[in-house]
Amino acid sequence: MDILNILKLALGEMLSPTTITFVLCALGLAVHFGFTGLLNFGQAAFAAVGAYGMVISIDTLKLPLFLAVLMGLLCSIIFALILGIPTLRLRADYLAIVTIATAEVFRYFMTTIGFSKVTGGSNGLSQFGAEFWALNPIPEGNYNFGFVSYRADQLYVFMVGWGAVIIGALILRLLMRSPWGRVLKGIREDEDAVRSLGKNVFFYKLQALMIGGVFASIGGMIFVLNLSNVQPQVWTTNFTFTIWSVLLLGGAATILGPIAGGMIFIALISITQGIMGGLVELGLLPFLTQPDIAQIRLLLIGLSLMLLVIFRPQGLFGNKRETQFNV
Amino acid sequence: MSNSKSVSIDKICIGEVAPGCRKVDPILIADGVKRQFGGLTAVDVAHVEIPRGLITALIGPNGAGKTTFFNLLTGFDKPNQGNWSFEGQNLAGMSPYKVARLGMIRTFQLTKALSLLTVIENMRLGAQKQPGESFLTSLIRPLWIRREKEITEVADTLLKRFKLDAKREDYAASLSGGQRKLLEMARALMSEPKLIMLDEPMAGVNPALTQSLLDHIKDLKSNGTTVLFVEHDMHMVRHISDWVIVMAEGKVVAEGPPSTVMKDQAVIDAYLGAHHDTDLGTMSKPASTRSKKGDTK
Repeated sequence: MDILNILKLALGEMLSPTTITFVLCALGLAVHFGFTGLLNFGQAAFAAVGAYGMVISIDTLKLPLFLAVLMGLLCSIIFALILGIPTLRLRADYLAIVTIATAEVFRYFMTTIGFSKVTGGSNGLSQFGAEFWALNPIPEGNYNFGFVSYRADQLYVFMVGWGAVIIGALILRLLMRSPWGRVLKGIREDEDAVRSLGKNVFFYKLQALMIGGVFASIGGMIFVLNLSNVQPQVWTTNFTFTIWSVLLLGGAATILGPIAGGMIFIALISITQGIMGGLVELGLLPFLTQPDIAQIRLLLIGLSLMLLVIFRPQGLFGNKRETQFNV
Repeated sequence: MSNSKSVSIDKICIGEVAPGCRKVDPILIADGVKRQFGGLTAVDVAHVEIPRGLITALIGPNGAGKTTFFNLLTGFDKPNQGNWSFEGQNLAGMSPYKVARLGMIRTFQLTKALSLLTVIENMRLGAQKQPGESFLTSLIRPLWIRREKEITEVADTLLKRFKLDAKREDYAASLSGGQRKLLEMARALMSEPKLIMLDEPMAGVNPALTQSLLDHIKDLKSNGTTVLFVEHDMHMVRHISDWVIVMAEGKVVAEGPPSTVMKDQAVIDAYLGAHHDTDLGTMSKPASTRSKKGDTK
């Protein structure tokens, strides 16, 4: 078992496009849940709507990439309106039910054969990446950064993706430290109190839903651009719950939390895979075979998340003071 | 105490003092407001006017519909029928936040302190006209930082007045029940409301705080704010209110200055019952001494 190699792999995974997608989606979910208190269990759908919105704009509407990205964002905003207008006047639980159902509906809709000319059906779409890759300014070749090395295209995605994360995080930081963010936090604590102080709670919740959705859809776009491929079966409830895990791991009402949480979560998966794989290879875990590991490590991660939520509900980067109160 | 006695009846109401009588200068007028929950009629107010610039108490036994009436007036609940206006502006069907923006701010019976916001942030949230509360301007700090400083100044003055300044940076969750009541009231004052509606401001407040809370409410009046409050504490009602409106079974059964309303037979029957003149303190004493005896055994 090569510990150094396992760590190297983990480090690579921590900075991978998948992590970027999870981080962006988790940042969006932080706006929804951590700051506004909206229970959104359909974050995968927001990512998917953004991704499909962009891809279909390129593939069917033949729009240039820049406009297609805007279309994707617009789609997720419209999606937020469709979800939010009927449910945000109701209690929080209704949004949870509606989002989880809509996410599944959207996924099945994208799989439907009837629309496969536009959506690609269950095979998805893959002829849309040309312009994105053509924009790569980095010369061909391999780039070494100590532990990790990147090809030019990987470095390109890395820069675009983490650039989006950094810009997004800075915008969120500005927003959450502003009076606007204060209203959101007020809504999280008690929306009737905020209403009684003359704030249009419904509109703020709708804004929060849209902004969180936009973050997720950017995540979704990076995910599909990196693969040059969009497929409906990616955006399952599993995807959503992974994002929830990332958010709760890092800390729901923080901005650093979802970023670090995403990296740690992915690293944990990679390291447990590596170590347990190594142990099985050495015959130290005779009751397990290699294929079992994928399941067992998720089980272990699930267990540690449960422990985390019980003993550190504010997440790794949350404010300690917050947990002194049982509210 | 003197200020409550100084306002003479004919300066408050026109004609005979009776349930639903007209006021010289009403700030809030409700007409035929009815709210039914299934078969139960919670509120059925034919006509009531709240006098401007005074402290009006809304009293009544449990289930009289006082809080429901509050909810209806502030838009938190929709009546089956009825109209009501604030400073001549019709409020029927208006959302709670719009009602609040007009200058009619309420507090809640079960205190709604925003627990995981600090005391000062709670206060700031109460202010109006902060451009930074709209999404796009919030991104550009120079556009709202000046207003923020003004707001913070007002907030600090109020916190000092309510003796919460030491708690400025603490989470509202760490405050005691009484302090939360104070915070909620102070927060409601951030927007300089024309009418403040307090739902049981004394409930759960430590007697040591009661006096200062009473003084705060009297201060509001001297600053020109109209106060309407729901209260069960008869001492407080007698002590600070200029006018008392009595509700029972959803209807206004009596109104008038506190001294006369308390003697009204309809009120005694509907609300105060046989023990209205008995100090509850002396009634409960034998019980408490009994239990103490039990403890020493």
